[in-house]
Amino acid sequence: MMDVGRHPNIELLTHAEVEDVSGYVGNFRARVRKKARYVDEGECTACGDCAAVCPVVVPDEYQIGLGSRKAIHIPFPQAVPSAYIVAADECLGQNPIACGKCIEACEKKCIDFDMQDELLDLEVGAIIVATGMEVYDPTAVDEYGYARFPNVVTSMEFERLISTGGPLEGHFARPGDLTRPKHIGFIQCVGSRTQDPERGYPYCSNTCCMNTVKDAQYLKDNYPDTEITVFYMDLRTFGKGFEELLMRTKSNGVRYIRGLPGEVREDPASGNLRVTVENTTANRLETHEFDMLVLSVGGKPATNTEAIRQMVSLSKSPSGFLKEAHPKLRPVDTPTKGVYIAGAAESPKDVRESVTQASAAASHAAILLNKSRFAVEAITAVVDEDLCKMCGQCAGVCPFGAIHWEKKSVAHITSAACSGCGTCAAECKFGAIEMRHFSDQAMYAQLDAILDEDPSQKVVTFACNWCSYAGADTAGVARMAYPPNARIIRTMCSGRVNPEFIWYAFKKGAPVVLVSGCHYVDCHYIDANRSTTRRLDGLWDGLEKQGLRPDRLLLEWCSAAEGPRWQTIMTEAEKKRASVSPEEVERTRELLASARVPSPRNPKESDENQDAEFACMRCGHEWAGYFSANLERTCPQCRSNSVRWLRTSR
Amino acid sequence: MPPENLRIGVFVCDCGSNIAGAVDTQALRAYAENLPGVAVAVRNKYTCADPGQQEIQRAIYEHNLNRVVVASCSPTSYEAIFRQCIEGAGLNPYLLEMANIREHCSWVTPGDREAATRKAKDIVKVAVARAHWLYPQDEEQIPVTDAAMVIGGGVAGIQAALDLADAGHKVYLVEKKASIGGIMAQLDKVYPDIECSI
Repeated sequence: MMDVGRHPNIELLTHAEVEDVSGYVGNFRARVRKKARYVDEGECTACGDCAAVCPVVVPDEYQIGLGSRKAIHIPFPQAVPSAYIVAADECLGQNPIACGKCIEACEKKCIDFDMQDELLDLEVGAIIVATGMEVYDPTAVDEYGYARFPNVVTSMEFERLISTGGPLEGHFARPGDLTRPKHIGFIQCVGSRTQDPERGYPYCSNTCCMNTVKDAQYLKDNYPDTEITVFYMDLRTFGKGFEELLMRTKSNGVRYIRGLPGEVREDPASGNLRVTVENTTANRLETHEFDMLVLSVGGKPATNTEAIRQMVSLSKSPSGFLKEAHPKLRPVDTPTKGVYIAGAAESPKDVRESVTQASAAASHAAILLNKSRFAVEAITAVVDEDLCKMCGQCAGVCPFGAIHWEKKSVAHITSAACSGCGTCAAECKFGAIEMRHFSDQAMYAQLDAILDEDPSQKVVTFACNWCSYAGADTAGVARMAYPPNARIIRTMCSGRVNPEFIWYAFKKGAPVVLVSGCHYVDCHYIDANRSTTRRLDGLWDGLEKQGLRPDRLLLEWCSAAEGPRWQTIMTEAEKKRASVSPEEVERTRELLASARVPSPRNPKESDENQDAEFACMRCGHEWAGYFSANLERTCPQCRSNSVRWLRTSR
Repeated sequence: MPPENLRIGVFVCDCGSNIAGAVDTQALRAYAENLPGVAVAVRNKYTCADPGQQEIQRAIYEHNLNRVVVASCSPTSYEAIFRQCIEGAGLNPYLLEMANIREHCSWVTPGDREAATRKAKDIVKVAVARAHWLYPQDEEQIPVTDAAMVIGGGVAGIQAALDLADAGHKVYLVEKKASIGGIMAQLDKVYPDIECSI
């Protein structure tokens, strides 16, 4: 920590928040508000004379409320920068008549109540997001009695209680009566691995098992007469040296009982805690009594991560943590070029994993910064200013904020910020956006080549570069045989597939058109494939309006790993193709000859989170469900994503 | 309209028996040669191997090719290599198109040589059709500001900032709280060696 404070290349901005980020890879501009500290951090020697005279005593957040501090304080003794700060909302006031005692006490005169927030505009080539996690508050898991019984604490509070830098200065005791606890219980997975959203999160928080094992060994080392029992559902000690530490605690007499307690009661006289648990190894109900109970709490995404995520256009995993560009091969990169992630902002991590990932993120950022110039792959979008009708639809769908548009002006694309997904080109009704290297003409030429001969035998298939095309590759590598009728047109993203292409294919005699792409959580262009769904909803409605079978248009999400799924998609698409009669194809040609291409069906805000009706275009199943534009739709019967949104029930 | 004087070279790969085992590559080569715009079609045992790549480069010179279609495997495996290859012979790398007749055809159509060959012909036809509409592209070169912003001063932010700074880059480390340290600074000891966190 101190190295950061004195490194000549690091400008440390604490008590500061990023308010806005603009620009693109190599050329970001960040607006940072460095909030007034009211103490000159360069001059302050952290002598503490100010805090000694400060009359305002408040709970100390560093000690998680287990200790107190003054309104003017240093966050903790080893803080960097080593300087005091005035908590402005707690201070009695700058008026010397109201208080002002600290100003008098400070010999170096470094307290300044006239200090203002500073706004800094930083120009940087790369950004590393390391916004971390927060600790789960277990109050909601009511049966454990946290916040009701003083001797039930969280694992973070326990850290402060045992710490020499903690409120008890290393004289470990329980909060209820400040006596040293001899019988301590730990309960694992509090706030983690639960399907009940009221009681935590579905994921494993990764660090809590080992943290408890460490605490148990620490107690055995320093207070050998302590009896320790750990209640768990699985012990996950997968890292280097972890299993060995677990074994050490076991040989030191720490008991591990498989089973999470169902109830905790307090004996009001002693403050002790009676725990009822089903020991699932011994298959019996047990009651244990402890002087103190530690809830091993998990982590959750930090509150501020969401604002940062939106500023730099990142995606998030279903858990709410930031999503990496690729789970195995690019774990510190993000869909936004020049932005990297490190630490628990990506998923709960311990110190070692955080440090490892941080070094990886730094090295990727350094690869970029070491170049004086960055080459942008020439697959970006280009606006034809003569055709642009200044409607701004393109800017609305760009996942990267790469399109600048103002009323009565043509759209302008910053190619360095553009990733080439093509969803803007598919959204433009006026053909005013062309994708370099994935041009409309090339698309039509491919459709012509497929459908010029024997169109009735072909399944026109659009596949996105990253997932479904790669899923088809995986099926190939695994030699998964499927009917030979599919003809694949590769796009970077399914969002590139303009409804015009699909209409054109049907007009040219295609019996079936299949659009495929990444699952919602995998979209390599943040959320560009949500637009694919809007467009297909419009096309399904449009086909039906023309008196045609909407189920000749299929939509499937398939990840790069899902070879078997691709095989099923292909087999089912072929079945659909075989079901289309030559008369039907002929009628389609006639009916669509003069029909207008349907517009996307854009959900209204009032549709969001409503009960809705859906129909599967693969198997025909209809059902009632729940509509959200960000929810991937899957047929509960056949697992197809060809799910047409029929209507929202109001 | 596509540019005039298109001279497309098609390079059909046997991939040993990976493709040739399921697809009649001789018939495929002959078919490709007669597609519009195609100046030459060559069949190779392994197009990605050095001799195969040299064959492409030689054909570019000899037949004055201005578009190249490689009918072999997935672009996710070898597009970068073949782009380099044609660039080495003076063609813009964006003038390459791959026809995936292995992962998307020979490997998934076993035991039906006729159907696999028919599909492979279509795949090559589609790739050649696309090649008509490929143009040379220049990759925009964007200047890079040699500085980084690290958001968050927990252990990850600290490490990332130090590494970048040690590598000689300017770093702005932005932390919401009054001190860096994050959750790590609140821990007393850390596992597995039970040592102090700070």
